[in-house]
Amino acid sequence: MSVIEVKDLTKYYGKSRGIVNVSFNVEEGEIFGFIGPNGAGKSTTIRLLLSLIHPTSGSARVFDKDVVVHGSEIRRDIGYLPSEVYYYEGMKVIDLLKYSASFYQCDCTQRMKELSDLMELEMHRRISDLSYGNKKKVGIVQGLLHSPKLLFLDEPTAGLDPLMQRKFFDLIRKENARGVTVFFSSHILGEVQRLCTRVGIIREGSIAEISDIKTLQQNNYKKVRVEAPGLSAASFDLPGVTNLQAEDSTVHFFFKGDINAVLQKISGLQVDDVSIEEPTLEEIFMHYYE
Amino acid sequence: MSATIYMHEFRTRLRSVAIWAVSIAVLVIFFFSLYPAFARDATLLNEMMARFPVELREAFGIGNVDMSSVLGFYSFLFVFVQLCAAIQAANYGVGLVSVEETELTADFLLSKPVSRSQVFVSKLLAAFTSLAITDLVLWLSSFIAVLLFRGERSYETSTLLLLFVSIVIFQLFFLSVGLIISLLVKRVRSVTPYALGLGFGMYVLSAFSGVFKDVKLEYITAFKHLDPAYMVEHGAFNTPLVLLNVAVTLVSLAASYWLYLRRDIPAVS
Repeated sequence: MSVIEVKDLTKYYGKSRGIVNVSFNVEEGEIFGFIGPNGAGKSTTIRLLLSLIHPTSGSARVFDKDVVVHGSEIRRDIGYLPSEVYYYEGMKVIDLLKYSASFYQCDCTQRMKELSDLMELEMHRRISDLSYGNKKKVGIVQGLLHSPKLLFLDEPTAGLDPLMQRKFFDLIRKENARGVTVFFSSHILGEVQRLCTRVGIIREGSIAEISDIKTLQQNNYKKVRVEAPGLSAASFDLPGVTNLQAEDSTVHFFFKGDINAVLQKISGLQVDDVSIEEPTLEEIFMHYYE
Repeated sequence: MSATIYMHEFRTRLRSVAIWAVSIAVLVIFFFSLYPAFARDATLLNEMMARFPVELREAFGIGNVDMSSVLGFYSFLFVFVQLCAAIQAANYGVGLVSVEETELTADFLLSKPVSRSQVFVSKLLAAFTSLAITDLVLWLSSFIAVLLFRGERSYETSTLLLLFVSIVIFQLFFLSVGLIISLLVKRVRSVTPYALGLGFGMYVLSAFSGVFKDVKLEYITAFKHLDPAYMVEHGAFNTPLVLLNVAVTLVSLAASYWLYLRRDIPAVS
C-alpha cells in the first residue's frame, strides 16, 4: 500500500518556482530518501504534504486521503521534524512537549520520558536557553512522542553531533522496524545511503530519478582504478567510459556497460593494482547535476 | 475549536491582559477622582470651557458636553479608555495569527492534527476572552469610581450601561481590523507598530474630524462611530455609524477567516 501518493504536484510562489509536476509514491514501511541541493524543492514538497502550503495544481494523498481536504485527520499520524526548529521561546522544554502531546489522543508521558532520556534532553530548561543542537533534540522528541505512522524528516541531522546523529539514526531504524514509514529529505548523501531503501532525486523543482538505492549503485556505474607501468588514458578509450583521468601510471574512470570489455583490456596488461568498486551515492549524484 | 490551543493562547496573553486591565482601572479611578473638584465649580468650569474655540473642544471630544455632570465628565475620560482599548485590541488582532509566523512557530502548530479553521476559531475565542476580562475590570472600576466620587449628583444608569456596551463593539472593531491587516501584508515583523498606528491613527482622525466639519472622517474612524460625547448627549447610539462599524468588523472577520484558510505559511529559512 502506498502511504504517500503524489501526482503532478506543482507549486509556484507567485512567479517563482517551487516544484513542477512532481510525482512519486512512498510505500508503507520503507525509508524513502529525498535528495537534492538547497532550493531544489525538498521542503516545498514536505510542506505541501503537511498542507502548510497549498498546491498550485496536481494532487497529493497521504494514507489514501487528500492532503488539502483531510489535512488535520492525516496529521494525527504524522510526525514532522523541520529543518529549522523554532519553538515558543518562553516555554520550558517539558511544557512544550506537554503542549505538543495534548494535541494527540494518547498518553505520551512514558514515551516522552524514554525519548528525552535517549536524546539526553534536559526537560526543565527554557527553550530560549537551548543551543541549536538541543532545540533539534526537542524537535526529535516532539516529532516522535505520539508514535506516528509516518515521519517527515527535513534535513534532520544538522546541528547534531556525530554521536547524537548515530543515536538518532538508530532511533529511526527502530521506528522503521515497528512499521513506521519514513520520508527522509537531505542533501547529505552519506546519511541517505546509510538509512534509505529507495531514493528520489530532485533538482530544480523536478524529479530527476527515483530508484532503489541498490539499483542506483549497481546497475549504473562501476568505479575502476588501474595501476600499471606506462599506462596512459588512451588505453581505456572504450564506449561506456566516462570521467577518464590519468596521472603517472594510474588511470581512474567510471564505466557503464558490460564489465567484461574492461576486464579484457586489463588482462592484456601487466598491472600493479586493480580495483573495481561501487561508486558512492555522492559520485552518482554528481552525475545528475552535470 | 481546540481547547488545547485556546488555553495556550489565553495563558500566553494573561500577563498582557493583567497589565492592560490594571492600567485602565487606575486611569479610570484616578481620573474620575478629579470629578468632585470639577463639579464644585461647575458654572465656572462651563464658562471657561465655552471660551475655548469650538474646534479645540471638538478635538478633545468634549463638544457640547456638560463637564460638571457625572456622565459628561466620564465621557471625557472615556475617550482615553477607548484609546487604551483600541491599542490593546489592535495588538491582539494584529498578533493573533501572525505571531506564529514572526516567532516561526507556525510550522509546529500547523503540523499538529488541527485544521486551520480550528486554529483560527480557538485563537479568536481566546482573544475574545482576554478582551472580556479587560471589560469586566473596566466596568467594575468605572462603577466604583462613579459610586465613590459622584457625591450628590445623579446620572442615567442606562447611558452608563450604553457606554459599557459600546466598548465591546469598539474592541471587536480593532481586533478584526488588526487581524485583516496582518493577513493582507506580506509579513508582520513586529506587532506593536501596527497596533499603535491603528489605535493612534484612528484617534487622531477622530480629533481632526471635529476640526474640519466638512470632511466626513467620521465614516472611517471607530472613535467617531462610538463617540462617547454623542452617546451621553443623546442617551443612544448613533445608529447608522454603529451599524457601519459592526459591518466593518463582520466583513473583516469573514475575510480574515477566508484568507487564513488559504494562507501559505512561509518557510523559515
